Amino acid sequence: MTTVKRHRQQVSPGDRVFDFVLVLITILVVVLILYPLYFVTIASISDPMQIFQGEVILWPKGLNLEAYKRVFQNQDVFTGYKNSLIYTVLGTLITIAITFSAAYPLARKKLYGGSKIMGFFMFTMFFSGGLIPTYMLVKSLHLYDTLWAVILVDTVSVYNIIVARTFMQNTIPEDIYEAAEMDGCSDIRAFFKIVLPLSAPIIAVLVLFYGVNLWNSYFNGLIYLSDRETYPLQLFLREILLNNMADSMIDSIGIDVSKFMVGESIKYAVIIVSSVPMLILYPFLQKFFVKGVMIGAVKG
Amino acid sequence: MVKTMNGERCRFSASEKKAKHKAKRVQYKKKAGHVLKKLSQSKSLYLFLVPAVIYFIIFRYMPLYGVQIAFKQFSPRLGIWDSRWTGMENLSRFFESYYFWRLIRNTLWLSLYNLVVSFPFPILLALIFNEVKHPKLKKTVQTISYAPHFISVVVLVGILNLFFNQSNGLINVLLEKMGFEKFGFLTSASAFPSMYVWSGVWQNAGWNAIIYIAALAAIDPQLHEAAQIDGASRFQRILHINLPGIMPTAIILLILDAGKIMSMGFEKVFLMQNDQNIETSQVISTFVYEAGLINSDYGFSTAIGLFNNIINIILLLTVNKIAKKITDTSLF
Repeated sequence: MTTVKRHRQQVSPGDRVFDFVLVLITILVVVLILYPLYFVTIASISDPMQIFQGEVILWPKGLNLEAYKRVFQNQDVFTGYKNSLIYTVLGTLITIAITFSAAYPLARKKLYGGSKIMGFFMFTMFFSGGLIPTYMLVKSLHLYDTLWAVILVDTVSVYNIIVARTFMQNTIPEDIYEAAEMDGCSDIRAFFKIVLPLSAPIIAVLVLFYGVNLWNSYFNGLIYLSDRETYPLQLFLREILLNNMADSMIDSIGIDVSKFMVGESIKYAVIIVSSVPMLILYPFLQKFFVKGVMIGAVKG
Repeated sequence: MVKTMNGERCRFSASEKKAKHKAKRVQYKKKAGHVLKKLSQSKSLYLFLVPAVIYFIIFRYMPLYGVQIAFKQFSPRLGIWDSRWTGMENLSRFFESYYFWRLIRNTLWLSLYNLVVSFPFPILLALIFNEVKHPKLKKTVQTISYAPHFISVVVLVGILNLFFNQSNGLINVLLEKMGFEKFGFLTSASAFPSMYVWSGVWQNAGWNAIIYIAALAAIDPQLHEAAQIDGASRFQRILHINLPGIMPTAIILLILDAGKIMSMGFEKVFLMQNDQNIETSQVISTFVYEAGLINSDYGFSTAIGLFNNIINIILLLTVNKIAKKITDTSLF
């Protein structure tokens, strides 16, 4: 501490300029990253006419919650939300169960043929059947138009198995298992009594990776679902945001211009509404980000 | 082999041979017993692998069976197995088509552009964030920088559309206010690669900086102290200590990224694609989708997918070999 203080006292003019430039760059970076998100937020509660004229730039103008009202009344958004919640929760549970239970034996030194089994998994990282063969398989297994196609196809990742395995290898040394075995603890019991309680951080990381992925994905829904009632939220978002289907929410408005404008502000509102689960989870999970990336990087 | 066996036959009597055989068999049995013992020792561990193995067999290995239709004229009536073999017809149809070079060019250009632009930004961000000395501020800045990473592709492209829309997007409204012409960023083939790449930088630079920030944290503080005593300014220290310190990480990541240049993902390109920018936005993955699921040309689509898969593997193996040579670190 003393050395730091001493150096602080003799800051050279060059370093002072440097500090100033640094602060400027940092502010610029933060503004560049945050502004688009901020703009979407203020635009969602502003008067569409003023957004249209480029008046809304720094703060909301002509406070207007019409767009939110229409988003909440919209059946599609509600259906999509419900479906996506189901797909995300169920999908995360299943994929984590598969990932985690595969990582445990692979983390054990005692497992005979572990590297061969790892090879069996890793092979699929490089060779894949591709779109059409997978599509035909899903059809022939009668998984088309079921939630299983959405939550199972291409969701479990070998990368995450490696991440979980590496975490277990690093946090639980083989000695612990050996000691437990001496005391008559079987491998199965060791999983529940030793591995699970020590693995909270890695489970959080997996929840983050899998959960975000499932909530955000639209691809499986796009190709494996034909019934609108089962569409995930992202597919409805695509219709509203990209295919200009917001009009369906504003049939009741007579004049074309205002119809168009409400349609535009609905887009902003729907982005905010769809991000709510992420916004809620973000503060809780953010401390695990770095950990997850780092474990993955050690043996990627 | 035969010769030595003959030689043995000459040298050993029948009983000796039998004894030797028996010894060998015992040895094999021992070895098999050893394997069995090892297997049974970790018997319950294999139970844990069952769900994953079943999953990977069904969802990753079984589709490989269908890859054969790349060399067949697929007919839904006959099924995968009984469809007629046509050899390389699907592939040669692809190679000879007028869009073949366009697809290769677009895929390569988009990837290379993306690689060159999005590679240095995380490094810059990490170097900047590392200089923010106030711990709470540092954490806040970092948390903000990760946020866009968690936005879905649909929402990202939606935001792009709202900002760059030709008639009333914020950017165009501001351009007009400043006296410039409005520009159709989203419907221009020449603007598409930039829109794709720079929106990616916005979304992922902060997230990708994490690994460099960690590498910076691992640099020995004594290096900085020594440099300070020698009168090095902060900028000099960044240039001569921090930058070389994260170079090994950067090189590995660069090499790994280079192995992926032909595997341009589908999701974002597909959403940004429209009739006006198709000239630059049609890449292999979107074409596989189009050929397969829109035109139902299953064999053709599978063949293109297979071709792309093989190129990716070759690239990855090559790059991995280079990585091994240069940095002593490799993927496998």
